[in-house]
Amino acid sequence: MNRKKRRLYILLLCAIGIGSATALTLTAFQDNLVFFLAPSDIAREAPPPGRAFRLGGLVEAGSVERGGATVRFRVTDGAHTISVTFSGVLPDLFREGQGVVAQGVMGPDGTFAAREVLARHDETYMPPEVAAALRRSGHWNPSQGAAPPAATWNTLSPATRTGS
Amino acid sequence: MEHAEPGDTDWLVIPELGHFALILAAALAIAQSILPLIGAQRGDARLMGSAPPLALAGLIAVAVAFGALVWSYATNDTTVANVVANSHSAKPMIYKISGTWGNHEGSMVLWVLVLAICAAAVAGFGRDLPSALQARVIAVLGTISLGFLAFILFTSNPFERVWPPPPDGNGLNPLLQDLGLAVHPPLLYAGYVGFSVTFAFAVAALIEGRVDAAWGRWVRPWALGAWSFLTLGIAIGSWWAYYELGWGGYWFWDPVENASLLPWLAGTALLHSAIVVEKREALKIWTVLLALLAFALSLLGTFLVRSGILNSVHSFASDPSRGVFILVLLGIYIAGAFLLFAWRAPAMAPTGVFAPVSREGALVLNNLLLCSITAVVLVGTLYPLFLDLLTGQMISVGPPFFNTATAPLAVPMIAGMAIGPMMPWKRATLWPVLQRLWWAACLALAAFVLTLAFAGWHVLPAFGFACGFWLIGGAAADIADRAGLGRTRLANVLNRARNLPRSAWGAAVAHAGMGVTLLGVAGMGLATEHLASLRAGESTSYAGYEWRLDGVRDVTGPNFTARRATLTLLRDGHVAHVMEPSRRFFPQGRTTTTETSIRTNLVRDLYAVLGEEHEGLAVLRLHVNPLAPWIWLGSFIMALGGALSLSDRRVRVAAPAARRREAEARA
Repeated sequence: MNRKKRRLYILLLCAIGIGSATALTLTAFQDNLVFFLAPSDIAREAPPPGRAFRLGGLVEAGSVERGGATVRFRVTDGAHTISVTFSGVLPDLFREGQGVVAQGVMGPDGTFAAREVLARHDETYMPPEVAAALRRSGHWNPSQGAAPPAATWNTLSPATRTGS
Repeated sequence: MEHAEPGDTDWLVIPELGHFALILAAALAIAQSILPLIGAQRGDARLMGSAPPLALAGLIAVAVAFGALVWSYATNDTTVANVVANSHSAKPMIYKISGTWGNHEGSMVLWVLVLAICAAAVAGFGRDLPSALQARVIAVLGTISLGFLAFILFTSNPFERVWPPPPDGNGLNPLLQDLGLAVHPPLLYAGYVGFSVTFAFAVAALIEGRVDAAWGRWVRPWALGAWSFLTLGIAIGSWWAYYELGWGGYWFWDPVENASLLPWLAGTALLHSAIVVEKREALKIWTVLLALLAFALSLLGTFLVRSGILNSVHSFASDPSRGVFILVLLGIYIAGAFLLFAWRAPAMAPTGVFAPVSREGALVLNNLLLCSITAVVLVGTLYPLFLDLLTGQMISVGPPFFNTATAPLAVPMIAGMAIGPMMPWKRATLWPVLQRLWWAACLALAAFVLTLAFAGWHVLPAFGFACGFWLIGGAAADIADRAGLGRTRLANVLNRARNLPRSAWGAAVAHAGMGVTLLGVAGMGLATEHLASLRAGESTSYAGYEWRLDGVRDVTGPNFTARRATLTLLRDGHVAHVMEPSRRFFPQGRTTTTETSIRTNLVRDLYAVLGEEHEGLAVLRLHVNPLAPWIWLGSFIMALGGALSLSDRRVRVAAPAARRREAEARA
């Protein structure tokens, strides 16, 4: 085995490695990219049924209904709302009026079936995706200063917001 | 203030002492990065000789700074802004101390301390290195240290004062008030920073334009040590996620987790290619490249985690100037090193010819697959960031992507992990090796069939079990073969096994550890989950137990209040276990954490999480996680393998040299 031949082998192996890694990445990307959508995005263009995506916004005040282990609530970005159902343990800081990101699929009846509601660790924390969605829906302009507290983001009147 | 009594004021200046020590360390780092380098270029022994004392002095300065910061935390000195932001007097002492590195500024001081320890170790234990190489390595470490010290001093000074001091601090993020997380960052940093030493060796070799077997022998212990620490650090982080986050999983392919996995993958590749340099003087340029890459990925991990670009429990601060500073540092070190590589690497002539089917060939395959996995994980981690930056579109790349994209690359690697170590160097034939592995293959097949027969039609976990047993069997076959099992008497075999080089044992143990981890991962593939909402006194049956909720009560801790549920597990009417999952509320940070309750018998974990309570109904999430502890047990075994290999006589370069000196002294 001379040096030239060995180098050829190694180059060939590298090409195979890079090729297979690229092919794997691209095919996996095709099926597994999870897009982030705000309620307004869904109102504009419904996502394909059965495709998982992330829904983000604020938990509408007064919308949380608990029935055993299943929870129903609505997510708003100020302009539109989407109903969500979720079975499981909600993250520690799930509150009405707080930012929330949920992953799941759109059901045939237009409710979002969440498989996972993402945990947040800090009460004052606003998920950046949610902040961006609120900005796009025209409810907050970052050039006018910091985001207002999450609890004031609401489509309902502040009077109903007592329980949280 | 109350402490300002005469005679009691000496310690008030301790934060200033720490600050000055950091500035002194930066000044020493400037000297350390320039003088030895000039000395090595000119062949000036005096300038080169300045490297070890400078490294030691740097260590002392950084240690003083770190000690001052720990002191400020331990005494809860509320005149220090960093303490106010991250600590509280009601916190238990151990978390006051671990809180020192549980925040951005403190963690960077810890990083620099570990770096200074490494530089001092190169100075202290590296007496047998050629003095020019040692001087250059220490100089490169000095430049890295300088960059990070500048970062601390200009953007993240931990000793900043506040006046007037607030009555008490804001408290540490409750999720971080945990023993596992007290040791997770130091271990991880020992790993990251360990790769800075291999990086320094690579840069020094590029400046010298020479890589030989001896270079491989000096680099390998550092790669081994860094890899072992990183393995432990990642394992403890994953364990923490398992018991503290309460989501029932152990690895979420979170960008922050990936940030630590990337240098681990590159470091694993480096570890293996350094063997080829040491034994066969081949793959030299490639090994140098891997050494640069492993550290580049460590820095990238630091950037991703510390810049606040990713949101997680790790991003302590999202101050953009810090992110830009780290990005610039990253750019300077990585671009500089790769430019040097492009300039000097072609000068290094390859030697050591080998056939494609040989130990070297197997290690090339290992490197190729590991680097492909690294590339896939890197793309998956960074793609959402780039897409957001370029198009503003927000996506996330979750576990399904990583699982489908890495598994096809991991399978041939696992297959090769048992075959490769049994192949001879230079030229091998596959068939005799496979013959010696037939019973490991039988074991794997049996595991596959038995899992399908007893656990139901779960093909992937069954395949995982097969892979795990293949690795463990392969490691045993390797040792048995080296000891000559079946070729000589048993007593002879045992004797030979005992006298095998530690590095052979280390490799076998580490590979078997990987197998144990795979068994745990496969077991978790069979995990089940059960959701129940119960009133006090009610029960639900799951996994062969009657889970009875006795009640939920209030508990008060040192700095939190909690709701704690008492679950009694009954089997055939007898009490089998009592579990107490709880939810803690920390008034200082206004945060809540979930405290899972785990009962393990090492074969399976019973795992209970208390959810919300609503009108007397408590939501409980119950899991049965088969073989979960094996994931971390396997990781500890892997790290043990690394330590065993590190203790090999041949790795300790100093030993033969010391013996030679002794012999000369006697003669």
